[in-house]
This record gives sequence, structure tokens and C-alpha cells, in this order.
Amino acid sequence: MVKLIARRLALGVLTIVLVSGIIFVGVQALPGDSCTAYLGRAAQGKRLENCRRDFGLERPVLARYIEWTLGAVRGDFGVSLKGKKPISETVGTRFRNTVILGITASILGVPLAILLGIIAALWRDRLPDLWVSTTAIFAMTIPEFVSSTVLILIFSVWLGWLPGIVITRPDAPLFEFLSDIILPIVVLAFVMTAHILRMVRTSVIDVLASDYVQMAQLKGVPYWQMVFKHVLPNALLPTINLVALTIAWLLGGTLVIEVVFNYPGLGRLMVQAIFFRDLAMVQAIALILATLYIALNLFADLLTLVANPRLRTMRSS
Amino acid sequence: MMATTNIEHVKKKSVFVGLLAVLSAMISRPSGLLGLALVVFHIVLAIVSPAIAPYDFKDVNAQIILNTPSYEHWFGTDSLGRDVLTRTMLGGRQALFVTTIATVLAIAWGGLLGVLLGLVGGRLDELLMRIVDAFLCLPWILVLLLIVVMVGSESGVLILTLGFFYGIPVIRMARAATHDVVARDFVTAAQARGESRSTIVWRELVPNVLDVLLVEGAMRWSWMLLAFSSLSFLGFGIAPPTPDWGLMISNSLSIMALAPWTALAPVVALSSLIIGINLSADALAKAVGIDRAQRAPV
Repeated sequence: MVKLIARRLALGVLTIVLVSGIIFVGVQALPGDSCTAYLGRAAQGKRLENCRRDFGLERPVLARYIEWTLGAVRGDFGVSLKGKKPISETVGTRFRNTVILGITASILGVPLAILLGIIAALWRDRLPDLWVSTTAIFAMTIPEFVSSTVLILIFSVWLGWLPGIVITRPDAPLFEFLSDIILPIVVLAFVMTAHILRMVRTSVIDVLASDYVQMAQLKGVPYWQMVFKHVLPNALLPTINLVALTIAWLLGGTLVIEVVFNYPGLGRLMVQAIFFRDLAMVQAIALILATLYIALNLFADLLTLVANPRLRTMRSS
Repeated sequence: MMATTNIEHVKKKSVFVGLLAVLSAMISRPSGLLGLALVVFHIVLAIVSPAIAPYDFKDVNAQIILNTPSYEHWFGTDSLGRDVLTRTMLGGRQALFVTTIATVLAIAWGGLLGVLLGLVGGRLDELLMRIVDAFLCLPWILVLLLIVVMVGSESGVLILTLGFFYGIPVIRMARAATHDVVARDFVTAAQARGESRSTIVWRELVPNVLDVLLVEGAMRWSWMLLAFSSLSFLGFGIAPPTPDWGLMISNSLSIMALAPWTALAPVVALSSLIIGINLSADALAKAVGIDRAQRAPV
């Protein structure tokens, strides 16, 4: 068991190293470097050389990569060329804001998704399922910025209940975000619910068709007892992993939502950084998002391992 | 494992007759009819809109900035005094053009590779599927953003990028479908009859996998529209002044309190196209006997 967990952790760290390499190489492949972006039209001759020397850009790629990763481990992502401020300062509060958005949306979305998924599966191909499944498909395919726009139209332009655009400072205390954050959360939770409920539905349907459930039926176990004792525990365990993966995957989706609502999170910072070619910032955010993704993945793996005794023996053998 | 279990082997007379049968089965449901009608409407509109649009899409007019909807301008005018109706009518052309070709591309290469891997199996299969899994983990919008920034957002680039990345999950789908079909009784029967390998592949396997790919393609299409319009919404897609729904919605957001009508038309247009594609995909899935709601997204 301990060995198994250790191996997972090692694998996770290895993946992060790999991803950091890919991100570094990918950003290096962008045309121009930090100095051409920083100096803009003045990026010529002596000034460009000086700037490159100041930021150490003329050194070999490998040396810079090693320096960057070692810094990143200590939480030092270098200096943003735009603001001339340490990246870690800017990123810190933005990271907090994105995490708040993600966590609250998950707290709302995940239980709702599980409930709806179970309902859809138990009433498969009947009215509840048709409604839930159809709505889910629309929720997943209508772009986030469209549903956000509609919500802004209804709740801030027509009804005037909620602010359509966040104007709170990024580093403001939490409670000041309270009214700003409602619409972004609703949109994110909506998409999240749709993705997860479909997985839950599939899983429950699979278990319903399994031999042991049919056996229980034949034995004459009452329907709801069968559902709660035989079906749900077996159906929901495998979804833990998928749920974590989906939440992590949707972190990409928060990017659009943050831009729509002008929400000061990591995603919007990333878009701005790409727009202004602030390469050091792009690198840092990409690495943070990837690490978050891998960490969530790892956490889900371990949780499944702990919650599902069958896996412990199966996988370590 | 995926929901190909309902596919029954049908002797297909020809691809054309088969398609016709599927089409009529789709139309027989009200939701399918509505979906197809919406899709056809949008495609026809995209083709004829340059001829029937009431104004020029780049006609800037300082006199009529942010006018409310009127008889002359049914959906009002935007912040540059351009006719919103005209721009909405033209705004889907790039999106439809790019995503349609990209969908065909994705289904073609993903489907081909998936079927091959499903048939060959072994080490190569194992290795490539690991790579596919790794790709599926990446948040797609980040990948798209980086590529567009790196190589630009011309239609050709977008087609290739979308076609490539959205083909990756298709590999998975086609591979699973192949495994599923190969394990079927009718394949065993064909083997027992002593049919040659190529006959089995072309007569038994391909028609059945094609059904799955068709449904998959319809779904991919709406995902690609989502990606395409999100990119232009963020300002990394089609460059202005070419009208595009994503870009129009993005522009309307900052003036939402002043001129909400500038958002309304593109929102309705984009949503109706996506809903149309989804209703069609649903009807298509039912017509060929696949439970679409059971498949994993991405």
C-alpha cells in the first residue's frame, strides 16, 4: 500500500517535470522573446543586446530551463516584463481567486450532478432522463461565453440584481467578491454538472446491467434497497476519478468565464499575458495550471485507492 | 465498453440507400426534423448571405451608432454604426467553413488510425493510446491559444489545428468501436464461412464502424464550433472587420448596459446552430441505434 502510493507520487512528479519541459520548449518556440516584446519597436541593435544581457537571455536554453525550474520549485517564477514585478506576487492572489471560483462551483455542481445522473440512469429513456440528458448536452456545447452573456442580459441588464462585470480589486478580501462571483459560479457549475452527470449516468447504467445486480433482483431484494446497497456504492466509486479529472479539465473553461466577467483569476491573467507576449508569465501560469491538474489527478487516484479496497490488491499485484 | 452494443448488423445495399434510410428515420422525429432544419437553414444562409444581406458589413456610419432596432435596422446598429442583422447573417460563414472541413478531417484521420489500431493491437496500440490519453488531459483552450499565437489564426491554420486535436478522441472512439464489432457474432460467422480478411473488414467492419463515426462527427462538429467561437471571443480567432459571432458577442459585452440588442442576434444565431447540430446528432444516433448520452465527452 505505502509502496503503491509512493509510486504514484513519483509518477506525478515525473509528469510535472515532463510537462514543465514541454511548456518551456513551447514558449521558446514562439516567435520573438521577452525582450522584443518588452522593447516593442525599439527592439534593435544595442538596446536589444543590453536587455537580453540583463535578463540573461543569451545563455544556453538548457541552463535557463534548469534555473527556471529550480526557481519555480521555490515559488519564484522570475520577473514579469510588463509590470517589472515578481510574477509570484501577481499570480498569488489570482490563483486564490480562481481556486475560490473552482471550489464553490464544485461544491454546488458535484452533488447536483450525482443526483441528476442517478435519476437519469434509474429512469433511463423515460421523461426524467430525456430532460436531464438533453439539457446536459446543451450545457456542454453552448459556449460558456454565450450562456454568460445571456445571464448578464437577464440578471444585470434587465433585472439589475447582480453586477455583470467584476470591478473588485484582485487582492480584495474574500467577502467583497461575494456578489461578483455568483454569476461566474452559476455558469461554471452549470457546465460542470453537465459533464459529471453524464459520467454518473453511464456508470450507474453499467452497474444496473451487471450480474450481481440482476442476481439481487432475482433474489427479490426490494428495488430501493437494491439501488442503495448494491448499485450506488459500486457505481459511484469509479466516478471519483472522472469527477476530479473533469474538474481539472474544466480549469481551462474558467479562462473564458473569467474573461467574460472580467474576473481577476489566473485564466484572464493568462489571456492578457499571451496578448502582451509576457512570456515569463505565460510559462508560469501554464506550469501552475498543469501542476494543479496533475495534483488533482493524483489526489483522485489516492482517494479511489483508499475508498475502494478491491483496487489495493488488484493493482499492487 | 462504449455504447455500440445496440448496433445490429444490417445488410447494406449501398451507402447512398443507407444514408437515405437514416435521413428519413431522422426526419420522422420532430426533434430531428427541427435540428436538421436549423442546420440546413444556417448552411443555406452562409452560402447566400453575401447576396441577400441588406447592408455592407463594413459600412461604418457615425450617424447611427448604437441605434435601437428599427425598421431600417431590424437588430439595431453596433458601436461603429454597422448593421447588426447584416453582420449576424455573415457572421457564421467563417465558423461553418472552418469547422465543417476540420470535422471531416478529424473524423477521417482519427477514424482511420483508430480502426487500424483496433485491428492491429499489440505494442504500437498500447504506446499510441498512452499518448492519446496524455493529449486528452490538456485543457484544450490553452493548447489552441498557444498554437494560434505561435502560427497565426488564418482559416488554414485553424482547420489543421482543430482537425488534428479533435481527431485525437476520435481515435479512441473508433478503436473501441472496432474492438466491439470484431467481437460480434456476425464477424465470427463470416470467419467461419471462410471469408477473406479484407472482405470481413470492408463488408462487416467498415459499415458498422461508419455509423459510430457519423454520430461522432456530428458531436465533434458542435465541439469545434464551441472552440472556434471561444477563440474569436477571446480575440485570438478571426480578425476584424470580418464579422464573426464570437467576436460580435465579445464586442457587445462592454456596452451591454447601453445596447443589449447588439448581443441578442449573434447569441441567438450561434445557439440555434449549436442546438440544431445537437438535435441532429441525437436523431442520427437514434436512427443508427447508438445511445448518444452514454458516451463520454471530450
